[in-house]
Amino acid sequence: MAKHETPMLDELESGPWPSFVSDMKQEAEARAKNVNNVEYQIPVDVVDDLLGVLELSYKHGRTHWKHGGIVGVFGYGGGVIGRYCDQPQEFPGVAHFHTVRVAQPAGKYYTSEYLRQIMDVWDLRGSGLTNMHGSTGDIVLLGTRTEQLEEIFYDLTHKYNTDLGGSGSNLRTPADCLGTSRCEYSCYDTNALCHFLTNEFQDELHRPAFPYKFKFKFDGCPNCCVASLARSDMAFIGTWKDDIRIDQEAVQAYIGGEIPPNGGAHAGRDWGKFDIQKEVIDLCPTGCMWMDGNELKINNKECTRCMHCINAMPRALRIGEDTGCSILVGAKAPILDGQQMGSLLVPFVEVNPDNDYEAIINYIDKIWDWWMMEGKNRERLGETIRRLSFQKLLEACDMEADVRHVAYPRENPYIFWKEEEVPGGWDRDVKEFRKYHQR
Amino acid sequence: MALPDNAKEMIVEELTKKSKTKTKFYFNDLSKMFPEESPRAVKKLVNEMVSEGTLEYWSSGSTTMYGLKGMGDLG
Repeated sequence: MAKHETPMLDELESGPWPSFVSDMKQEAEARAKNVNNVEYQIPVDVVDDLLGVLELSYKHGRTHWKHGGIVGVFGYGGGVIGRYCDQPQEFPGVAHFHTVRVAQPAGKYYTSEYLRQIMDVWDLRGSGLTNMHGSTGDIVLLGTRTEQLEEIFYDLTHKYNTDLGGSGSNLRTPADCLGTSRCEYSCYDTNALCHFLTNEFQDELHRPAFPYKFKFKFDGCPNCCVASLARSDMAFIGTWKDDIRIDQEAVQAYIGGEIPPNGGAHAGRDWGKFDIQKEVIDLCPTGCMWMDGNELKINNKECTRCMHCINAMPRALRIGEDTGCSILVGAKAPILDGQQMGSLLVPFVEVNPDNDYEAIINYIDKIWDWWMMEGKNRERLGETIRRLSFQKLLEACDMEADVRHVAYPRENPYIFWKEEEVPGGWDRDVKEFRKYHQR
Repeated sequence: MALPDNAKEMIVEELTKKSKTKTKFYFNDLSKMFPEESPRAVKKLVNEMVSEGTLEYWSSGSTTMYGLKGMGDLG
C-alpha cells in the first residue's frame, strides 16, 4: 500500500514509454522490503515521500522544493546542491533532499564493481535514486540529508578513489567522448586530456571563484558526440591539418556494394544501391569532392571537416595524420541570455601530453584571467564575449584576428583603429590643434 | 602588487557593514575590493577564509556566493 495517493503520477505510467514513476515506486518497494538488511541512515520511506511531494507539486502547479543553501563538504564549494522541502511535516522523508554530484571517470569507463560500490554507499546513506548521467556527465546521486554528506564524501574519496564533481560558479566536471580508446575517427586521446585537466584544475573544480559556471568538453573529432560545440564554454574538438587519407580500392568496394556504407548502420531496410555521387559527393557542403574516372578526389583546402564522407565510407576515407584540436568558446544553454553555439577561437593547437598540454593550458589561463576580470556576476563566457566583442577576447589571448574568426562578413562597417596599428600613430598636440579649431 | 596585510579584516569589515541589507556576496564583490590584485590571488585569500571558518559558501547549484559564517538564511 503506497504511503501517498498519487493519481496524477500514476497517469504517467500509462504511456508506452518507460516511466520514472514506475522506477521510483520500484525503489520505494525495495527499500520497504530491505532484503539485504541495510541499516538505512536516512528515512526508509524517502522515496514514498518524494512521490508524495511530486504529486502535490502537480496538484498545485508549483514546486515545493527550496533551492540551494550552505550545505557541502569541508573545503569544497561545489559537488553538493542543497534541496529542502517546504512541506517537511507532511513529507519528513524529503525534508532534506540534497543532490551529490560524483565526477564521472574519463570516457565514463567504470566497472560494474565500481557501480555496486557507489550504490552500496548510496543505498545506505541516500535515497538509492540516481541520475546516470547528469547533463554535465556526472553520476548524480539524488536525495540525502545534511548529516550524511561528510560520510558519503569520505567513502567516495577514501574507499572508492573517486571525487565529487563540480557545481556552482566552478569549473564543472570535464566531460569527453570515448576518443582513441574506441573510435578510429578520434584525432587525439580525449580521455587522457580530460583526465589531465581534471587533475590540473582541481582548485577551479572545487573552489568557486568564477563569475558563473564554466564547462570543458572534449570531442575527439568534428562529429562532436558530446556536443561540446553547443554545451561547453570551451570545446576541444579534434581535427587534422593534412589531407583526408583515401583508399581508392575501398572506394570501389563501396561503389560495388561489397562494403555497406555508414558501417552498416542503415541495414534495417533496403535503401537501394549505394550511389557515391548522390550520397557523398553531392552532399559535401563545400563541393570539394569529385570522381576523376575511377578515382575519388578531394580538394582538402576546401574541406570544413563536416565528417559526412568519412562517416559514410569509413574504410575508404580516414582522418589525416597531422592531428590536434580546435578550440571553440562561448557555447551555452538559454538560461539567462539566449543560447549560443561555440565560436572558433583557435583553429589548430597541438595536443601534446609530453609537455603536459602546455599549448592548451596557455589558452585556458588567458581566457580565465580575462573572464574573471571582465565577466559580470552570473555571466557565462559567451555572454562576456558578446558584450565586449570577440576582438577583446582575441586581444586577451594575444591572437591576431584571421578570416576563420569571421562569422558574418561585412556585418559591422565600423573599424576602430588603435594608435599602434596605424603607421606613425596619431600623436597630436592639442594646443596646436586648438589654434585652428575653436571649442 | 600584493594584497594588504589586513586584507582579511577588510573583507570581514566590509561584509559586516553590509550585513543589515545583504548577507551573501558574489566573488566579484570581494575581488573588486582589491582592484589592483588579480582575481586568482583574491580567490586564494577568500578560500583560506572559508577553510578557517570565517566565511562560508552558499550555492544555489548554479551560482556560488560567499557570506560571513552563520549570517542570513542558511537554507
